Amino acid sequence: MREQLERIRLQAADELQGVEGTEALQDWRVRYLGKKGELTQILRGMGAVPAEERPAMGALVNEVRAAIEFMLEEKSRQLKEKEKQARLASESIDITLPGQVALVGSKHPLTLVIDEIKQIFLGMGYEIAEGPEVETDYYNFEALNLPQDHPARDMQDSFYITPDILLRTHTSPVQIRAMERIRPQLPVKVICPGRVFRRDDDATHSPMFHQVEGLVVDKSITFGDLRGTLLTFARQMFGPEREIRLRPSFFPFTEPSAEVDISCGCGGSGCRVCKGTGWLEILGSGMVHPNVLKYGGYDPQEVTGFAFGMGVERIAMLKYGIDDMRLLYENDMRFLSQF
Amino acid sequence: MRVSMEWLGEYVKPGMEAADLGEKLTRSGIAVENVLCRDAGLDQIIVGHIDAIEKHPEADRLWVCTVNTGERQYTVVTGAQNVRQGHKVPVALPGAKLPNGTEIGEAAFRGIKSSGMLCSAEELALEEKTISPEDREGILILDKDAQVGQPIAQALGLDVPILELELTPNRADCLAVINVAREVSAITGQPLQLPDVKVVEKGKGRTEEQVKVTIEDSDLCGRYAARLFTNLRPGPSPFWMQRRLQAAGMRPINNIVDITNYVMLEMNHPLHAFDYHTVKDGHIVVRRARAGEKLVTLDGQERELNSENLVIADPEKAIALAGVMGGLDTEITEKTTTILLEAAHFYPASVRRTARQVGLRSEASQRFEKGVNIDTVKLAMDRAAELVAQLGVADVVPGYVDNYLRPMEPTKVPFRASRINALLGTTIHPEQMEDIFQRLQFPVQWEEVAEGEQGGAGIVVAPTYRPDIQGEHDLAEEVARLYGYDRIPTTLPQGKTTVGQRTWPQTVREKIIDTLVGSGFREVVTFSFINPRHLDRLVIPTDDHLRQVIPVQNPLSEEQGILRPTIIPGLLEVAARNASRRIPDLAIFELGGTFLPKALPLKELPDEAWKVSALVMGAAPVHWSGKPQPYDFYFLKGIIEKLLTALKIEGVTWSRETELSYLHPGRSARLQIVQDGMVFDLGYMGEVHPDVREAYDLVARPVVMELDLSALTLLARAKGDYRPLHRFPSTDRDMAMVLPIDVPVGQVEAVIAEVGGDLLERWRLFDVYQGNQISAGFRSLAYTLRYQAPNRTLTDEEVNHAHESIKKALIERLGAQFR
Ligand SMILES: [Zn+2]
Repeated sequence: MREQLERIRLQAADELQGVEGTEALQDWRVRYLGKKGELTQILRGMGAVPAEERPAMGALVNEVRAAIEFMLEEKSRQLKEKEKQARLASESIDITLPGQVALVGSKHPLTLVIDEIKQIFLGMGYEIAEGPEVETDYYNFEALNLPQDHPARDMQDSFYITPDILLRTHTSPVQIRAMERIRPQLPVKVICPGRVFRRDDDATHSPMFHQVEGLVVDKSITFGDLRGTLLTFARQMFGPEREIRLRPSFFPFTEPSAEVDISCGCGGSGCRVCKGTGWLEILGSGMVHPNVLKYGGYDPQEVTGFAFGMGVERIAMLKYGIDDMRLLYENDMRFLSQF
Repeated sequence: MRVSMEWLGEYVKPGMEAADLGEKLTRSGIAVENVLCRDAGLDQIIVGHIDAIEKHPEADRLWVCTVNTGERQYTVVTGAQNVRQGHKVPVALPGAKLPNGTEIGEAAFRGIKSSGMLCSAEELALEEKTISPEDREGILILDKDAQVGQPIAQALGLDVPILELELTPNRADCLAVINVAREVSAITGQPLQLPDVKVVEKGKGRTEEQVKVTIEDSDLCGRYAARLFTNLRPGPSPFWMQRRLQAAGMRPINNIVDITNYVMLEMNHPLHAFDYHTVKDGHIVVRRARAGEKLVTLDGQERELNSENLVIADPEKAIALAGVMGGLDTEITEKTTTILLEAAHFYPASVRRTARQVGLRSEASQRFEKGVNIDTVKLAMDRAAELVAQLGVADVVPGYVDNYLRPMEPTKVPFRASRINALLGTTIHPEQMEDIFQRLQFPVQWEEVAEGEQGGAGIVVAPTYRPDIQGEHDLAEEVARLYGYDRIPTTLPQGKTTVGQRTWPQTVREKIIDTLVGSGFREVVTFSFINPRHLDRLVIPTDDHLRQVIPVQNPLSEEQGILRPTIIPGLLEVAARNASRRIPDLAIFELGGTFLPKALPLKELPDEAWKVSALVMGAAPVHWSGKPQPYDFYFLKGIIEKLLTALKIEGVTWSRETELSYLHPGRSARLQIVQDGMVFDLGYMGEVHPDVREAYDLVARPVVMELDLSALTLLARAKGDYRPLHRFPSTDRDMAMVLPIDVPVGQVEAVIAEVGGDLLERWRLFDVYQGNQISAGFRSLAYTLRYQAPNRTLTDEEVNHAHESIKKALIERLGAQFR
């Protein structure tokens, strides 16, 4: 009987080698451990074993059973693992097929530039002021020290609605509106982005374009502060290596006035963008004219201020390397999808 | 404004090259746009003398010239017909390369070898406007005094660099060469040598006895001076004067005209010469034109005038348009013997209006418009008289007339050095400021704080040629620009700390843009004005309020005809443009103003209603795994719902939109919110009407929306209401019903919501079916309803009861059938 048990164990191990798949394993289990299995058969013959040998025999049977059950477990785990691997292999996909289409939108490049300018000045403590696109003569000209008969008010340049109402030709009227709103508080620190309109339509002029105006009024604001502010802006907008250069100029609403050039990305070696000069003209600026402060409701003996204005289209074209301004208004999806 | 370095050099020696001077001027406020050199390509072109000329033996139209260049003789064949023996001409020697690129060598013309070429004005690239029409024909015949063998650039004064100035309106004074010289002297520190005008008068009689000036409209003319020149000897002006005029871009005409132009350039004083004998009684009257008065101007055109126009008249009739153009009747002719020279000052705006009205912007009128110095009118007149006498053009009659009604007082500008420093952020010493003022020739009187001791304040007397100097801030600019803008320190504003933040409307706008961009929309920018024909394309009825649009008075073209009452036409145009470029699928939006008048014509500023408008057309990009998502009504509706969710706006009701002509009547909706008894109109959306689609040439079916930004801003909330999470389990039950097709889902859901009450946590429509399984005119709707209570687990009975109640209500109220 002992030999018999030993043979069963060996035979079971031997047969298990050839078992493939869960069903075959089930058959194997029934054959050895089932009610009619070989081990059960042996247990039934236990009666023939002398009484004093029974405990030892019983222990042996249990040992063989445990060994077979262990084999079963082991085999079962192996088979499951194999099946899992096979399943994973069968589930493989072509990972180079394109992904589900996620809808991608975009802001207009002009908005992107205005956003960036806003962000820089918000960071410097400015608020964003707004004003109407249809303006009165008073705000657009008179309060900005452009009296009647000033050449800059030339009918050639402005779109008129009535003799007293026109499409604003610059964002500067928002300066006056902002001062009127904030006075007598100090400081006034605003930027005013928006659409402006001039009677020009050719390759480099659009009848509508965008400006961002800036205004700071406080006690003891200096021309040096204007310079520092614009340098900070230029470096944040175009890069930390940029320099600025101020040239005397003229605007009716500032005195002293300055055109501001920023050093070109070519580093001064001269390129097509800067037409070889190493400098790019990007904005106009100056100290707020005393008359304008008065119109805004401040006493020019008490406060000073600076103002600046820039063309958004020009900055967008410089920043993105757009060579034709008209692309900005054509709204061709192939153009817009690049931003 | 063009200034030649040679002319400038008469008054000041800058001591540097033109390019360096240009840079310096630019950096101190007189922008030099360009330094013009006119001698490119003129190497090896020299002055030659025609020793002999004879017809080519073999060719009728050719001439064989023997040209002497001083060192040797050349044989040159020319086809020009204007060359004669004894002429001096430009000769391009073999090896020369003309400005137009032509290389000159030796060539044989019908058997005669020609060495070099005689040149025309065009071949020398002379500016056409500076050359008389005769000189443009054939070979350029040079002055008989030209020096044989001299390089042509030198002979014609083309080797002198020219500064091209781009003047700002405040510096019209630099339209005078002498004032540019003043500026050069100020920035270089070089001494200034201005003409010391001395008039040599001759003959008997006095101008005052022969000329009378009456200024009737003194508001438009503040000064009128006149001189008489007699025994006029017409002829060309001297070469040096012609060269300077040409360098400035003007064409020499004759001695008297050239002198007036020369003084105009030198001193920025336009002068006018009348034939004295054609002016009745020698009496000049300066007055407004009479309505309907006519004047034939120098160009031969008859002009009808009105009372806006200032004229120069004699006692009988108008003889010139003041400051704009002379009259034909009083023009200088060959018969003229005596000239009445006018030097005057006219009100700039009046000159501008008249010049525009007659469509004539002459060099003189432009200078009057920009402003000439009333104070130096007589000086300019005398300068012309000086030149007339010096050059022997005529005899200057003794005396003059000068009607100067309100002599100009130089402006006295008080200033404080400390205040200038405070404005600039500098620490410039008062002595440095004084030096700057001296260089500018601004007299300064310092205030004495104690006996013999100067304080930091004073008064600057601004010269009359600098009317832009009005106040302390103007002096600050003068100080700054001569001190150097680059030397001003770089600082940042001190003072109270401010927090930069967006206003609520700005925050809402950004949220909207972010949501739309995040949903696949591309932002477009279209113009605030549109072509009025868009209203027709939108088939807006003629009596509709949307026809009440604001017209632009002076558009460049119809494209700027009206201010847009809606952004939709702009979007349709973008869609059409893209479709025509084979981009049929798009989702776009624009955020911007629309313009609605309160009354027409405008008495006050219109309402600028900001809208967020969008257009979708076609379908989302195709994916290999399935059908593309169509950009249809429900797509855009979903986007609006997402937008409302992002803005935390609840309770929007959707009703049929029936008013708007440009939307499909069956596929458009209006969005409203009723809150506290008030109705807020949020806007509309819908498929574009087929007629409109056709008008824009669109094949696909665009769907548009236009929402009102102020309503969205008002209703949007920064944060929603927080509700604690339910802790008790929920139960889901489905229901499928069949309903007539014309029962809107909105009604079904209203019943579900009402009857479901508090126990109904939410519902979801998961299927809409219409087709074979269902009778025509009906559709099936399938819902999942979730029941839940905040304080207990619902029993089956409770759920069943609620579910059956809803079904029952749907059957009774809407005729729903359940299977
Ligand atoms: Zn560059």
